Amino acid sequence: MNNEAVAIRTENLLKSFGDYRAIDNLDLDIKRGEIYGLVGPDGSGKTTLMRLLTAIMEPDSGQAWVAGHSVVTESERVKEKIGYMSQRFGLYEDLTVIENIIFYADLYDVPRKERPERIERLLGFSNLTPFKARLAGKLSGGMKQKLGLACALIHTPEILFLDEPTNGVDPVSRRDFWKILYDLLKEGITIFVSTAYLDEAERCTRVGLIHKGKLLAEDDPAAMKKSFGYPMIALWADDPRRAIEVLKMVPGIKNISIYGDRLHIALESPELMETIVFELQAAGIVMKSYRNIIPTLEDIFITKVAGDE
Amino acid sequence: MLLRIKEMIIKEFIQVFRDKRMLGIIFITPVLQMLAFGYAATTDVTNISTAVYDLDKSFESRELVQRLESSGYFRVKVHVEHADEIQDLLERGKVIATIQINSGFSEDLKKGIPSSIQVIVDGTDSNTATVAMDYINRIIMEYSGDLNRNIETRNPTIDLRARAWYNPDLRSRNYNVPGVIAIVIMLTCLLLTSMAVVREWEIGTMEQLMVTPLRPIELMLGKTIPFAAIGFFDMLVVTIVAVFWFNIPIKGSLPGLALNTAVYLLSVLGMGLLISTISRTQQQAMMATFLFYIPAVLLSGFMFPIENMPQIIQYGTYINPLRYFLVIIRGIFLKGSGMDILWPQTLSLLLLSIVVVTLSSLRFKKKIR
Ligand SMILES: Nc1ncnc2c1ncn2[C@@H]1O[C@H](COP(=O)(O)OP(=O)(O)O)[C@@H](O)[C@H]1O
Ligand SMILES: [Mg+2]
Repeated sequence: MNNEAVAIRTENLLKSFGDYRAIDNLDLDIKRGEIYGLVGPDGSGKTTLMRLLTAIMEPDSGQAWVAGHSVVTESERVKEKIGYMSQRFGLYEDLTVIENIIFYADLYDVPRKERPERIERLLGFSNLTPFKARLAGKLSGGMKQKLGLACALIHTPEILFLDEPTNGVDPVSRRDFWKILYDLLKEGITIFVSTAYLDEAERCTRVGLIHKGKLLAEDDPAAMKKSFGYPMIALWADDPRRAIEVLKMVPGIKNISIYGDRLHIALESPELMETIVFELQAAGIVMKSYRNIIPTLEDIFITKVAGDE
Repeated sequence: MLLRIKEMIIKEFIQVFRDKRMLGIIFITPVLQMLAFGYAATTDVTNISTAVYDLDKSFESRELVQRLESSGYFRVKVHVEHADEIQDLLERGKVIATIQINSGFSEDLKKGIPSSIQVIVDGTDSNTATVAMDYINRIIMEYSGDLNRNIETRNPTIDLRARAWYNPDLRSRNYNVPGVIAIVIMLTCLLLTSMAVVREWEIGTMEQLMVTPLRPIELMLGKTIPFAAIGFFDMLVVTIVAVFWFNIPIKGSLPGLALNTAVYLLSVLGMGLLISTISRTQQQAMMATFLFYIPAVLLSGFMFPIENMPQIIQYGTYINPLRYFLVIIRGIFLKGSGMDILWPQTLSLLLLSIVVVTLSSLRFKKKIR
């Protein structure tokens, strides 16, 4: 595998824990310069896939190439070219920000000469400069993630793997974090990021939905919405929770999810709307209004996952 | 390579000195253990509760009892009037030894013929029993010797005198404390290393380390060297306690002790690393440490001589670093032995260290299972 344009490629990648296939014959093809979002519910195999691709876990069968090297036979070569931020904050909380960075700089043999400038830059873009001397354990969630990112970038990797980097981080810090990711992307780094937040997935150049170790769908977010097979409506009713109970029984409804006081419903065909109106009336639920909408990624994923169950 | 190891070492030191619990394990526990074990580590028998059954009731018999008491080894608790009391006292554990001085004792003594004294000792604690017997015999012998010298008898009794080499006043503490040093250092080092590696798993940094180019041997050395330094420091502190608090003399050379300590530490730390490769949580590491530590102490010659163990167990002790270091440290403390004598032990420790450190590096895979 020496195709310069390919960042990550897997073929029939398989990893089982006991009888359970955490990664089930997965094929991936990710180009350089992409920011690829891996989305899936808890336990769907995101972390396992990350570990396989970062060559810290061995697949049972299949192959994977990262930055032109096989994760099976050339794992140490792969490691030189990638940066990885594991799901758990993997830094030393009893070391300061700068001590953590220098520690990783040494592990990666970053040349002495380049070091001050690089560290300066990393601290700068992550806004950690004022907190250089603070213990990592004393940082806020958002700052910890930025420090993790800085450490993962110290050796200027070609491909960056981020496992749910913004999990449990406040919305403002999340936005900052993504701004940084876009800057990195502009510099030509390929980013493979898993996330549980669908609004984050929307910002990726491509999204893959993983469920039970299989990719259920994969496309760029806009195309995915366009090609979603079912009409989607948003519906307001006076008792949305009871409305769900009633509508669940209606055949042809692909999926219902609730967003505050609003229901998103995926229909097999537009004619189904008449049945919905009828059923709600029969149950004594007042339907305030409804309109056709473009499905969100969340709608699509929930529908696909429900279809896979 | 060297840079990475150096950075691991610096990191490890920073972490240790910022962690109050670690500081406790390093600086306080060894000293406390040394003090506690040092006081406990004596098989010297003193103040043996004793009953005296004096049938002779002579000046000489009273003098003998006097001598028993002033030796410090015996404390006469009861003077018995009837023979059947003796058994009762022994059975109920009121006394450990009874001394029956038969009538005719003083006459016999003057004639220099074997005196009629009967000693009964509670043999449940065989060590105390043997020692008590031994003391009594010595005291009687001395007394008879003194007496004979006084009356200048024609036929002097043979002067039997047992003399222990190397540890002339037979202070068992002198013999035991060097061993205590060895086991205290062992526990500290085992815990420190195994915990330090396992903690990286627990806090999630091991996963991060695995994606770096850090090699297993670098990780292992990075985890060994700082704790070797700390272990060395502990050795120094504990030895100071032994010498200045317990007044244990060191007959041999200090550089020799230092050199052997270094090799011993390496082997023990290697064992700690090996334990860490089979553990994923601190509890598991703690368990595994004690599962290794307790047999290691019992089967080291610290308490029971290795020569008395079944052959198969004796073979097992060859992988026990403590076994070798006990010989070394006792040799240096008590006999002043030099490397010309101790080299086989040193060499064995060195080989053992190389084997365990290599084995742990091999066992440590940069993979998550
Ligand atoms: N080391 C492991 N040993 C056993 N089972 C595991 C291990 N890692 C993950 N699993 C299982 O594999 C599945 C996928 O887990 P994971 O990759 O962590 O999912 P996600 O990151 O998407 O939440 C889960 O069912 C999980 O229980
Ligand atoms: Mg995960």
